[in-house]
Amino acid sequence: MSQTTDTQTDSLTLVQAVRDGLRGEMARDDSVIVMGEDVGENGGVFRATQGLIDEFGEERVVDTPLAESGIVGTAIGMAAYGMRPVPEIQFMGFVYPAFDQIVSHAARLRTRSRGAFTCPMVVRAPYGGGIRAPEHHSESKEAFFVHEPGLKVVIPSTPYDTKGLLAAAIRDPDPVVFLEPKLIYRAFREEVPADPYTVELGEAAVRREGSDVSVFTWGAMTRPTMEAAENLAGDVDVEVVDLRTLSPLDEETIVESFKKTGRAVVVHEAPKTGGLAGEVIATIQEEALLYQEAPIERVTGFDVPYPLYALEDYYLPEPARIEDGIRDVVEF
Amino acid sequence: MNSASEYDLDLSDEDRIELLRTMRRIREFESTVQNKFADAEIPGFLHLYIGQEAIAAGVCHALDERDHLTSTHRGHGHCIARGLATDRMAAELYGKETGYCRGKGGSMHIADVEAGMLGANGIVAGGIPIACGAAVSAQMRDSDEVAVSFFGDGALSEGAFHESFNLAGTWNLPLVGIIENNQYGEMTGLDEQHPPAALDDLTIYGEPYGAARDRVDGMDVEAVYGAAKQAVERGRTGGGPSLVECVAYRFEGHHEGDSQFYRDEGEYDEWKQKDPLLTYPEKLIDEGVITEEEYAEMEAGIETEIEEAIEFARESDLPDPSEAYEGLYSEGGGHA
Repeated sequence: MSQTTDTQTDSLTLVQAVRDGLRGEMARDDSVIVMGEDVGENGGVFRATQGLIDEFGEERVVDTPLAESGIVGTAIGMAAYGMRPVPEIQFMGFVYPAFDQIVSHAARLRTRSRGAFTCPMVVRAPYGGGIRAPEHHSESKEAFFVHEPGLKVVIPSTPYDTKGLLAAAIRDPDPVVFLEPKLIYRAFREEVPADPYTVELGEAAVRREGSDVSVFTWGAMTRPTMEAAENLAGDVDVEVVDLRTLSPLDEETIVESFKKTGRAVVVHEAPKTGGLAGEVIATIQEEALLYQEAPIERVTGFDVPYPLYALEDYYLPEPARIEDGIRDVVEF
Repeated sequence: MNSASEYDLDLSDEDRIELLRTMRRIREFESTVQNKFADAEIPGFLHLYIGQEAIAAGVCHALDERDHLTSTHRGHGHCIARGLATDRMAAELYGKETGYCRGKGGSMHIADVEAGMLGANGIVAGGIPIACGAAVSAQMRDSDEVAVSFFGDGALSEGAFHESFNLAGTWNLPLVGIIENNQYGEMTGLDEQHPPAALDDLTIYGEPYGAARDRVDGMDVEAVYGAAKQAVERGRTGGGPSLVECVAYRFEGHHEGDSQFYRDEGEYDEWKQKDPLLTYPEKLIDEGVITEEEYAEMEAGIETEIEEAIEFARESDLPDPSEAYEGLYSEGGGHA
């Protein structure tokens, strides 16, 4: 479901689409508040909120002290009383002091209060590697949040989806963890409608249709996966599915694609063990076992803390490694 | 805010020259890696200590080898003042195998167990509870070791600071908290991050936890030393935790690439008058502790040292990919 009322578009990068999405929602709903460390005049570490303070003022674009737990906890209280806060965490790896508030409270407020309280809050954070910085500045720990019932987890891979998914997340009555692939914040542009619109949460997108093998991925890994698929074209007919929302998973699209191809590869940059690939594979096993023609391959990061520059290129899945995974599955 | 005259200083000429040398080495290292970062030789993020040298130098001079430290994302100065080798530090910044973390930690995670340096830390306030633990260990072993945690004014807003100082006060721990008040938490000024009652004295945050409080000119290395010495002595003799605010200024951005839009006009120039690398050499020369020629010689030696450190980093090997798994668990080999 995409709701557009205007055909006018702007050519935006992904990070500009974040800003445009925030601006659109702030303009249409006074209860939307952006808050976080240096989100105001500085416009955020990655400039995602640049200019919003000029447009909406300090009351709605709030610079906070360095206090992740306090920022997110405060947002929960605001959300419970009718506001729609969008706290920013500067890097995903800085979220852990706030992990308790997200997991213990944001995710459970509705169920604890039998729906009397809701928590319409979106925690935004850039995630993932490729910027030559270690550990906290590069990690990809979406599985932590997917594991918590009561949270929704979204990772866009295109400017169009970014704006639409962010709008949907902000309008959603429940807490959403919105992870932004900073590696591709400025990697390419896309025509994005100027007016607000939504891209529905919980729906995967088939980026490339194919009949030999399904490759499931999301976020920054979508591009190298598409590149691998193109490199193999003529030889292997690859279907690429961008999951977009990791919780709730679009099981229907995953299963449908697998039933068509009977073979699958899952690509993510998070460490392999406990990563979301396992969940995708389990879903396939439960729903489409008899369609399976080969073991399902995982092309992922390794089970180590996110390494520094010199090892980063080995760590992140890139087209050649993804191609190898696809070939293994197809040639089984 | 205390100046050096408030303390009973026991600094010999040799000590004072050493303080100057430490500060000058930090400045040289920082200015050099700043250039290498601008040349894209050093990747990632770089948070420079330029302007705050007197704090690391003064505090570390008050410590013994047996003491323990935790540092911050702005940690190069602490490492140098603690005696870590600039060549292995540079190698770490370059992501090389010869670095302190074998190229896995980078600028923000330099650690050295032998030096009692528990690590720089990419997480604001992340080191404070760890220093608390080092202090518990010192207390349980009936030693007179102390643990020192460096952190910025911004860290005072984090829960980790309050939880740690509550523990330290309750358990009477030999913990010394050094607040490096450089006027900014990242890009946001002090007054937007703390209530009015704290602005004139950030050590107020130590009050309910029973920490001994001191507030000192963080651009004056001898004043910092005096305050640190008192706090360390208190910890050594069972007097419990201390919180020392060092009032200073960060001459560079939060990280390299920061536009620094937030500085008031004239603010930088005003603080520049107090730059410890201008005032302290002048003072020691005026007082006849060191001659201009000797200082020039010292500077030349330091320039050579840092040049060689960079050369060492450049020439060192990158870690082998298999290195990623080394040291992850104790049975996996690990660092010697």
